[in-house]
Amino acid sequence: MHWNNVADFLAMGKHGPYVWGSVIVMALLMVAEPVLLRRGRKKLIARLKRQFRVERSETPADSRPMIVPTGRSNT
Amino acid sequence: MSERVINWFKYASPQTFYPLAGKLIPWFWALAAIFGLAGLTIGFLLAPTDEQQGEGYRIIFLHVPASWMSMFIYLVMAFWAGTGLAFNTRLSGMMASALAPTGALFAFLSLWTGALWGKPMWGTWWVWDARLTSELILLFLYIGFIALQAAIDDPRRADKAGAILALVGVVNVPIIYFSVKWWNTLHQGASVSLTKAPSMAAMMLWGMILCALGCWMYSIAVALMRVRTIMLERERHTDWVRSVLGEKE
Repeated sequence: MHWNNVADFLAMGKHGPYVWGSVIVMALLMVAEPVLLRRGRKKLIARLKRQFRVERSETPADSRPMIVPTGRSNT
Repeated sequence: MSERVINWFKYASPQTFYPLAGKLIPWFWALAAIFGLAGLTIGFLLAPTDEQQGEGYRIIFLHVPASWMSMFIYLVMAFWAGTGLAFNTRLSGMMASALAPTGALFAFLSLWTGALWGKPMWGTWWVWDARLTSELILLFLYIGFIALQAAIDDPRRADKAGAILALVGVVNVPIIYFSVKWWNTLHQGASVSLTKAPSMAAMMLWGMILCALGCWMYSIAVALMRVRTIMLERERHTDWVRSVLGEKE
């Protein structure tokens, strides 16, 4: 272990604010990115499920081909 | 040999890549945590003080991995963009789109940690020298790529436009990398004072390599997470997305 005590570790010589400013921002962003991705994915899945449910509930009532293309890729 | 080729093509389809990516993500997270913790332990708890820079040099364990990733992700992104342009494969464009935000994040972190390192060492947050300016251009290239893709509604056209920008921008990566050799810049070479004491050099180098590996694993995990979301969004009209979301049978 390089440090004698926690205060020394936090002080980082005289460079504490610079070192910890780097660490904190990097840690925050690297935590935020996957959290936001997870949230976005959950939202998307909920939206798609809602959309599929609406489409399914409309299909039996109307036997004509749907306007919204389903089951096929248009790309 | 031929079986291998077929396997690669198999995973080039979003339908087969989606579950594979899902299985790989936890492994990459685990590796990211292991490498990251090991690297930070060495860098922040075990590595000795730098003779010239004191304790402030420890920013190297964040700054160098972030900078490497920002450049490397750009190359990978351009590779996928170029592959998509050449072979018109759907997955390639999705991979390029999935990598851009993470690349931009690392480019920003490279500049941020660089500024916080520059202030105590050079006495300034920022200077318009070749290394710093070309890294800033890299951040703008990422932002430009993301903005261009967001501005075009048709994803396939967005992929093509983005790919051209990504490929043109590739020229910037060697400029960043070699800028410290080609021009007389304020930015130091990568090896701080690694040559001074061999034991110190090994410790610093290992800390840096492990942190960089952690960032690699993080980038792969996050890019796979993002590409899966992009796949669901873009392929929402297909049967496989319905069955994945449990909306069939």
